Amino acid sequence: MDQMIGQKLGSLTLGQRARVVRISGESAGGSGRLDAGELERRLLEIGFMEGDELQILHFGPIGRDPIAIRLGGMIVALRRQEADAIFVEPC
Amino acid sequence: MNAAYRLALVGNPNCGKSALFNALTGSRQKVANYPGVTVERKVGRFESASGAVFDVVDLPGSYSLRGRSPDEEITRDVILGRHVAEAAPDVILCVIDATNLRQHLRLVLEVMRQGRPVIVALNMMDLAESRDIEIDVDRLSKELGVPVVKTVAVRKAGLQSLLDHLSTDLSKLIKTNTSESAPWQEMSVQSVRQIHAEAKRIANAVTVRQGGAHRYTQEVDDIVLHPVIGPIILLVVLFFMFQAVFSWAEAPMGWIDAGIVHLQEQLRHWLPPGRVQSLLVDGILSGVGSVIIFLPQIVILFTFILLLEASGYMVRAAFLMDNLMGRVGLNGRSFIPLLSSFACAVPGIMATRTIENPRDRLTTILVAPLMTCSARLPVYTLIIAAFIPNHAVVSGVGLQGVVMMGLYVAGVLSALIVAGILKLTVTKGTVQPLIMELPTYKMPALRDIVLGVWQRARIFLRRAGTIILGAMIVLWVLATFPAPPPGADLPAIYYSFAGKIGHFLEPLFAPIGFNWEIAVALIPGMAAREVAVAALGAVYALSGSEEVIGQSLALTLQTAWSLPTGLAFLVWYIFAPQCLATIAATRRETNSWVWPSFMFVYLITLAYLASFVTFRLASSWA
Repeated sequence: MDQMIGQKLGSLTLGQRARVVRISGESAGGSGRLDAGELERRLLEIGFMEGDELQILHFGPIGRDPIAIRLGGMIVALRRQEADAIFVEPC
Repeated sequence: MNAAYRLALVGNPNCGKSALFNALTGSRQKVANYPGVTVERKVGRFESASGAVFDVVDLPGSYSLRGRSPDEEITRDVILGRHVAEAAPDVILCVIDATNLRQHLRLVLEVMRQGRPVIVALNMMDLAESRDIEIDVDRLSKELGVPVVKTVAVRKAGLQSLLDHLSTDLSKLIKTNTSESAPWQEMSVQSVRQIHAEAKRIANAVTVRQGGAHRYTQEVDDIVLHPVIGPIILLVVLFFMFQAVFSWAEAPMGWIDAGIVHLQEQLRHWLPPGRVQSLLVDGILSGVGSVIIFLPQIVILFTFILLLEASGYMVRAAFLMDNLMGRVGLNGRSFIPLLSSFACAVPGIMATRTIENPRDRLTTILVAPLMTCSARLPVYTLIIAAFIPNHAVVSGVGLQGVVMMGLYVAGVLSALIVAGILKLTVTKGTVQPLIMELPTYKMPALRDIVLGVWQRARIFLRRAGTIILGAMIVLWVLATFPAPPPGADLPAIYYSFAGKIGHFLEPLFAPIGFNWEIAVALIPGMAAREVAVAALGAVYALSGSEEVIGQSLALTLQTAWSLPTGLAFLVWYIFAPQCLATIAATRRETNSWVWPSFMFVYLITLAYLASFVTFRLASSWA
């Protein structure tokens, strides 16, 4: 039942802290999008990793997109589209 | 002297690698493109205290060796020693940010797997100390099994121990390197996770004190990225920047103009009238001069762009604009280059190098000429003065101003529409995600800014001295030969090749209301947009300074052209690719003739269609 845990990163509110439980490109797919494995690797490369803590820092001015996230010592910005590939548990 | 060691600088984006490179090599560096791609190849040379010579190459910043973009491919191929133009490095200097150890260690681990000698530069130690982060350097060196040196890129001090290390350890290091690594393979999702775990373990082991977050960055971001205040600050920054580009550049542009006029006078004085004088004065000096005059704007614009980039604000601007730009398939990074194109498309196109995604970059380059550059102003001013009556639309707002603004708006709207269409057709492909790091704010180092501006200015000047100079000579020949027959009463250009081409093209331009005079003026006007004003002056046999021509020309045109022709000519200039410098910049930045050709064809098609519609509508309405 590993697939069921966690909520999408995009559902967090401003300032909220959470722990990454799963990174899966599948959930952010769609026509013309990156394939799931590629998206997963890119998210891992920028520094997302299961078990790590993150915090929502800022939302973009229009449609609350993109999202700026504190990730360890760095700040990373993602579009909501890509943020859907990250599942978290608030903590 | 021994042969020079080859040293490659590798690191994540934002690790301070380029600042370290600038500190090592100073002005002894060369910037060019790698053959076949528009990735900057930065090489330089330095000598250590013991006399060892190093040829350093600054490889493009990369998060991994997967080669997701042309830049990252270069980094990977050089590290693997399989790049065609760059010899395999003797030693790789991995630059890592001491304040973000874990993230940066992953690339080190990946690079080390390739089996080449590695030295790690633990960079930004000053920032780490100010944030109370303490790292056990010896332990890190032991864990990794390679030398680790503390550096502070912006200061020479930290470099000394790096240099010592390099010159004493290097020969030993290279000799001990016997490991034959397995053939390189792209890392699977699984091995990325493994390397993540390993980096995390090492980072935890060597971090003595965790330190705090970068308070200053957080506090600034709370204001700068605020959903309401943030965009306002961005507007103010941009307003100030463009104000500076136009008003600060005014004086130096005047000096350049005066200098060129002075040179022209001197040549007129010293050379006998004739072909040589005409070629130098009317062909080369006035033509190349009309391009060189934009140098002050380019220098000011790039000073701002580099400051914004180096301080970390540029990425924030991209963050704020991303959603808006995303609607036409671009991303936040396209915003500044497009805005710069209001001054001149050439620096705008050069500024697209900050866009990582090649497709978005190409789309941005292709629509940049649609932004109304300052060279269009003389043309717009002339035609508006001649054909648009200046009665008030509402009190205080004249019709002339409204038309001028309409021309700007038309440019922006068409750029957005064209970008949207290109994304669905020509530059179609996978939608690239926006995944970007927002680096901590930094005080830009003067050295980096000066070097950067100097490199851009040199590229611009070199182009003015080569492609544009050549084109000016060709245009001059076209407009001068053959000479008018004795007793000719029409202006000389009428009898020239340019005149003949104009006449030949006349039937083609008739449907959009252009007479042969316009067709002829369009040919020298290819050099730069505002040259068309001088060319029209020549066709209507006027002479004098640009201002005098402008004033008397407006009167002449009022009687010579119909209103629909005047309007069609205005609309033509919204789209027409009447600028060789832009075409040349596109050629250089896309490294092919395909895209400048495509740009030329689509712009001229748009110009023709829009002028046709304008002429027909205005004719039937009038």
